[in-house]
Amino acid sequence: MNIPSHLKYTKSDEWFDPSTGAVGISDFAQSQLSDIVFVELLVEEGEEVSAGKAIASVESVKASAEIYSPVAGKVSAVNKGLSDKPETLNSDPFGEGWMIKIEGGSAGDMMDSAVYEKDCEGRAH
Amino acid sequence: MATTSTPLSASIVEPTIFELSSPGRLGVTMPASDVPETALPPKNLLRSELPLPELAEVDVVRHYMRLSKFNYSVDDGFYPLGSCTMKYNPKINEDTCRLPGFLYTHPLQPIKTVQGNLVLMFDLQEWLKEISGFAGMTLQPAAGAHGEFTGVLMMAAYHKSRGDSKRTKMLIPDAAHGTNPASAGMLGMSVVTIPSDARGNVDLKALATACDDTVVGMMLTNPNTLGMFDENIEEVIKMVKDCGGLMYGDGANLNALLGIVRPGDLGFDVMHFNLHKTFAVPHGGGGPGSGPVGVSDRLLDFLPSPLVGIVEGGDDDIPPLYGFVTPKQSIGRMKAFHGHFGGGLVRTYTYISMHGPDGLKAISQFAVLNANYLQARLRSTYKIPYDRICMHEFVAEGSFEGSDVRALDIAKRLMDYNFHPPTNYFPLIVHEALMIEPTETENKDTLDRFADALIKIAEEAKSQPELLHDAPHITPFGRMDEVKAARELVLCCWLPENYETMK
Repeated sequence: MNIPSHLKYTKSDEWFDPSTGAVGISDFAQSQLSDIVFVELLVEEGEEVSAGKAIASVESVKASAEIYSPVAGKVSAVNKGLSDKPETLNSDPFGEGWMIKIEGGSAGDMMDSAVYEKDCEGRAH
Repeated sequence: MATTSTPLSASIVEPTIFELSSPGRLGVTMPASDVPETALPPKNLLRSELPLPELAEVDVVRHYMRLSKFNYSVDDGFYPLGSCTMKYNPKINEDTCRLPGFLYTHPLQPIKTVQGNLVLMFDLQEWLKEISGFAGMTLQPAAGAHGEFTGVLMMAAYHKSRGDSKRTKMLIPDAAHGTNPASAGMLGMSVVTIPSDARGNVDLKALATACDDTVVGMMLTNPNTLGMFDENIEEVIKMVKDCGGLMYGDGANLNALLGIVRPGDLGFDVMHFNLHKTFAVPHGGGGPGSGPVGVSDRLLDFLPSPLVGIVEGGDDDIPPLYGFVTPKQSIGRMKAFHGHFGGGLVRTYTYISMHGPDGLKAISQFAVLNANYLQARLRSTYKIPYDRICMHEFVAEGSFEGSDVRALDIAKRLMDYNFHPPTNYFPLIVHEALMIEPTETENKDTLDRFADALIKIAEEAKSQPELLHDAPHITPFGRMDEVKAARELVLCCWLPENYETMK
């Protein structure tokens, strides 16, 4: 499982990049969901979001899931091409699969990669 | 066991009826018109063409007969689709629902000419009330989710009638059917998810935190989708009621309770039945569902209208006159007419008459016994995450330590053993879920053959995992590409122009 160390993580499997403000779902999340077939981003550029607000809806062949904003701030960019290529979330969740970018967000008490790895191991079975 | 891994391609198996079409072929010959011709409607109301297939009758019959042979139904074999109660549907139901007196009546006929139908509906209302312990019953809803929507509408109407307008939250366990949050969402309610505890019960601490004066009620399936009867059911209901909420029962799993527990006695305020599950009405492409809803005294006045009632009492010589009545604060009609009369109600009436009270109780006892027998046979091979005495179904994990075989692979491989796969990936709280519901209609031999197949498949998962990854092998079509089907939606009634290049 890939868990980049420069990112911060939530219990609900979102990642946040404190340096770029990018938000997405983790490799663990995409592997649990299996093949993702649908993504809808629920926020627009310029919108203010609070931590915990639903920012995207994701469906796989197994389940559907809401993706929540890990931080509060202003949406500075959305990955518009994602809905046409939902499989990007499976192939490159930390890169091309970014969902939105949030300005002014603080990672606060989000998990670092080591703590998140333990959390995933605890949930794997 | 055949192990060929090259399934026949779809075009060899059976072309579509459009591909079989040949211009000018006719299925019927129309007689000369014996009525005067009239002008066509204006051009803008007419299609320029209607691409219908052109075939002879024999070609149509053979096409659909061939297709029907690709089907698998409960008349072919075991169908342990969890949460769906795919029991065998007795054929006597097909005779009764086709009796001319039922078949050739119209819902707008004067009531005096359809007294037999009305008596049947009245009796069925009474019987379902007796079975479930409720005070009132509507037969209108077309299926389970429609019944849920009906129930939630009544819950909202109840609070509204009391001027209690701040109730907007519906409490729903994480094991619930997806229709529950959808039904609450249809009325603009917000859904609060209540987790299950380690034994598969509603987590009482989480419930206590969620219970307040903004709660509309709770929607609970009991036994739940793990096949577990909630050990704290009375406490759960008390907590919801103490905060002023109403208790909704999802009757999808009623097959475990007939003649044993009545939801109304437990304190539920409203519950929908799935006649197409519990009462042997064919479903899953085989016929319409039917979702009657029972209510407690508190909701009696809010039932949909009309209900069947006695409109004129009879005496020694004259039988009473049955007709339609409207509850005082009715939420109104849920369906244009009176429910799925022949398909759902007549079959259910037949099924209940045929079994009687002791027979209904035996149904649930054998449904629970069969599920526990299978669970016991599979326990040492498959992980059972909530492992205690189950009700009518149980959930196993379809994965093995150190193997990349998934629940989907096991489900597909079962088709090679001529069994319908169980429900998979539901409930969501179980990793790689396989949800198995044998129902009461299967004998021990069938259960043993199924358990043997699952145990053999577990061995194959270790020795020949590719056999599972590529399964099924003996069906007309091999493994379907679910990802492609979900990503590249083709939802139209005739082929898109670029169909050839899409293949």
